Amino acid sequence: MTIAVVMIVMEGKSLNTLERSLLDSSPLAQQLDPRGKIVVAVFFSMLVAMVHSIAAAAFALAAALVLTLCLGLPLVLVAGRLLRANFFIMFLWFFLPLSGQGEILARLGPLAVHYDGLRLAGLVTLKSNAILLVFVSLIATSPFFVLGHALGALGMPRKLVQLLLFTYRYLHVMEQEYRRLRDAMAVRAFRPRTNMHTYRTYGYFLGMLLVRSFARAERVQQAMQCRGFNGRFHSLRNFRYSLADGLLVLAFAVISIGVVSI
Amino acid sequence: MQADIVVDLNQVSFGYDVNRPILKELNFQLRRGEKVGLIGYNGSGKTTFFQVLMGLARPVSGEMRILGRHITSDQDFVAVRQRVGLLFQDADDQLFCPTVLEDVTFGPLNLGKSPEQARAIAARVLDDLGLAGFENRVTHELSGGEKKLVSLATVLAMDPEILLLDEPTNGLDEATRETIIAVLSRPEFTSVVISHEFDFLGRLTNRIVSMRHGHLVEEDAEAIHSHYHVHRFGDYPHEHSP
Repeated sequence: MTIAVVMIVMEGKSLNTLERSLLDSSPLAQQLDPRGKIVVAVFFSMLVAMVHSIAAAAFALAAALVLTLCLGLPLVLVAGRLLRANFFIMFLWFFLPLSGQGEILARLGPLAVHYDGLRLAGLVTLKSNAILLVFVSLIATSPFFVLGHALGALGMPRKLVQLLLFTYRYLHVMEQEYRRLRDAMAVRAFRPRTNMHTYRTYGYFLGMLLVRSFARAERVQQAMQCRGFNGRFHSLRNFRYSLADGLLVLAFAVISIGVVSI
Repeated sequence: MQADIVVDLNQVSFGYDVNRPILKELNFQLRRGEKVGLIGYNGSGKTTFFQVLMGLARPVSGEMRILGRHITSDQDFVAVRQRVGLLFQDADDQLFCPTVLEDVTFGPLNLGKSPEQARAIAARVLDDLGLAGFENRVTHELSGGEKKLVSLATVLAMDPEILLLDEPTNGLDEATRETIIAVLSRPEFTSVVISHEFDFLGRLTNRIVSMRHGHLVEEDAEAIHSHYHVHRFGDYPHEHSP
């Protein structure tokens, strides 16, 4: 959790802006039942992850793209998401072609560009983008807490669902606590350097974050007990499948057959 | 009138360390319909006092009767918690569900209400506090005042007979303060309010007790009074030294 907070703060954005962007962008995607979306996204990504042929991966990517277009997601936002992920994939294009073993396409001094390395880099790129597109279209378009309840409805153990929902709820509070602590350090002229003082300060910092989270957890538990909590969560939510969900599942069944048979 | 006494504490002590008790042999009576203000310095044990009343902290000695029931076991406290509502100082402690609706219905569902009944209760309470339409708002995105009002809604949804409020108006804007005062002033609520804001206590309460070094002291010698005066920053909630 702390790592997640640190990563978010490094990105220089607050959690709200991160998750807001895609959420309200597609009314159609929001109408789909979150259970169906989760099942389709998970099944599709598992299938695509196991694919070995370039043609099948390309087909999967094309299908994912069609889905994105059909749902009417704003392409600028989607491209932004893909760009960030592809930044990491870019490194594969530097290293994989140089580390293959098969046919040599070109030589750059002592280095050799191998065909199978190049092919692997291409395959990874196609596959990851296909999976990313489906997740952006189906998962990022549901509010987090709805996904949590949907996972519960799909049979995920109740404790795990609660852990997920609590993490979501208090990540923001921890982020605020983190910012307060960081500001408290900054106003007393703390600047990180490579020395013992910095390491010790970071140690105190993380320790304090942990202690505060623990105290917070205790108070939350008390608040729950005051409202008659006895270990069982009652849900208000009833999910309902509609025609659109049927179409989504059907479409992905056909796509899956296509991916497998290519 | 013995029947009117809803909270009766007799020589109740509490402390994590036997040698350093936080609450020392408290005697406290609360009558139905009474609105009591509780004042005291930071760390004097006001919040702990509320925790003892709710069974979140168990007294080491003394006798407690709440709503006519002799309180001895955890089971007794479970019954008490359904009829006594505690508003926490920090709304982030109280609101733990992703959405407002889920948080407000949490209590009623625990009390065995059906989802439809719970929704109806939530709608009524939210409307009562001027929060109609807030059902699907995400709790962590609310403003400080909204969070406080939603916290109050989660407590009122349990339909409590006694309210324990820990600094309910601290740092709130004028409009939210007025809403809270209007709701708490209703005659059906018996309440104990921790606050440092004397103008708020003066408008709401009819009796003041203070916590001093772990003892409860009846403040009947000093009368709450009001007079008009003018000075800089007078628009902001503030307190004057006695």
